[in-house]
Amino acid sequence: MQAYCAPMTATQTILDARACERTLRRMADEIVERTAGTESLVLVGIQRRGVQLAARLASLIEEREGRPVPRGALDITLYRDDLQTVGPRPLVGATELPVDIDGKQVVIVDDVLYTGRTVRAALDELADFGRPARILLAVLIDRGGQELPIRADVIGKVVTVPAGSQVDVRVAELDGDDTVIVGPARSRGA
Amino acid sequence: MTGLGKDLLDLESLSAEQITAILDTAEPLKAISLRAIKKVPTLRGETIVNLFFEASTRTRVSFEFAEKRMSADAVNVAIGNSSVSKGETLVDTARNLEAMKIDMVVIRHQASGAARFLAERIESNVINAGDGTHEHPTQGLLDLLTLRDKWGTLKGKRVCLCGDVLHSRVARSNIHGLRKLGAEVAVCGPRSLLPNGAEEALGVTVFDRIEAAIEWADALNILRLQLERMTSGYIPSLREYNRVFGVTRERLDRAPRDLLILHPGPMNRGVEIDSDVADGPHSLILDQVTNGVAVRMAVLYLLRGGRPDLAAAGTAAGE
Repeated sequence: MQAYCAPMTATQTILDARACERTLRRMADEIVERTAGTESLVLVGIQRRGVQLAARLASLIEEREGRPVPRGALDITLYRDDLQTVGPRPLVGATELPVDIDGKQVVIVDDVLYTGRTVRAALDELADFGRPARILLAVLIDRGGQELPIRADVIGKVVTVPAGSQVDVRVAELDGDDTVIVGPARSRGA
Repeated sequence: MTGLGKDLLDLESLSAEQITAILDTAEPLKAISLRAIKKVPTLRGETIVNLFFEASTRTRVSFEFAEKRMSADAVNVAIGNSSVSKGETLVDTARNLEAMKIDMVVIRHQASGAARFLAERIESNVINAGDGTHEHPTQGLLDLLTLRDKWGTLKGKRVCLCGDVLHSRVARSNIHGLRKLGAEVAVCGPRSLLPNGAEEALGVTVFDRIEAAIEWADALNILRLQLERMTSGYIPSLREYNRVFGVTRERLDRAPRDLLILHPGPMNRGVEIDSDVADGPHSLILDQVTNGVAVRMAVLYLLRGGRPDLAAAGTAAGE
């Protein structure tokens, strides 16, 4: 159930660079707490911005625990359930899992949890690579609006916005800075 | 415009952007063939007919792997045991297949233009897997991908197609694709195996001596001498062909730079290419075969997409 929100008219920064940093630090701690250490831990980011976030979380965990944490990337395009209805075919990115995931504790990392369909696709894709002992979901932003029985285990920030509005996570590696911006709906591809 | 539209009939009518989009898509798809489970669910429920009016092992198997790795259901129709041998026309065959609710036809045919003829008459997507001496677009694409993998870019690179250019649909697809992506293209072979006025007809440089081609090129794409299409004396003898135009170790040793060697297969070893070249360190012949599956997966993916009528109803699944 989603709370009523007035339609948005202007963009608003909900996390700036320093807030992102603090949030990621806490998420990193929460991940290790849940997985009881880095033994058998693998972080897998969903293309595109989940990959950078997974790398950040992995370094933060490495800093704290003094142990290397393998990280991978998952491109779920070929597993989407809406390929028959989206217009031109979306670009396919790289899926790279550096280690065998059998028996591992895999944390899927994404920027925004919305409908849950991306995570569903990611779960299917992971199953084609092996059978992890456990799969957790970590997201920087949970904006509500899930259409599937999927919930995040580790959440950076919960944001309540009207359906259709835009939640943009920017990461320094791709966008020049770390910020999370909420704004009114904009046409796709804009 | 990087979408592919309904059919893939040739490279001549594609833009550089469309060709690049296919190659860029093929790149990540390569990794699927290296997984323990070599399959993605992308084309689940799609039915594809491989309609082969001409003998083919490599291309047919490559398409079949591509279809299966994308989870499509594939049916092979080979001419020898189909009703075409009872006199059914191409269109009747295809319409009957369409009546069984198929989504795509991969066609190989001995007549140039057969793929386009079919594409204009049926609703299903059509992929040309070689039509007469016209084009073999997926072979052209896999050659482009193989070279691009080695060089990073095709811009300014020099590629020479050697041998039987006259009968070669592979040559035509390569010439169009290479030029669109900015490579310099030449052909080399006996004049009897080149189109009349090849310079103007194909818009390429022509070398009459293989030694000159080897001196000029960064890569040689050595075409198969199509003995089955040669009904009258195009060449005096295979032995003489090998002596004058064969790509041999000795000739390559005199090249000013390392040459990449491609061959679309099947090879006539000891005729157009010697075994120690085919199996040598600069041969990309098996990379071509590997890349063929990825390129065909990319084409299947890009073609099936885009039902604009349904696009408006779709909701964003990203985020």
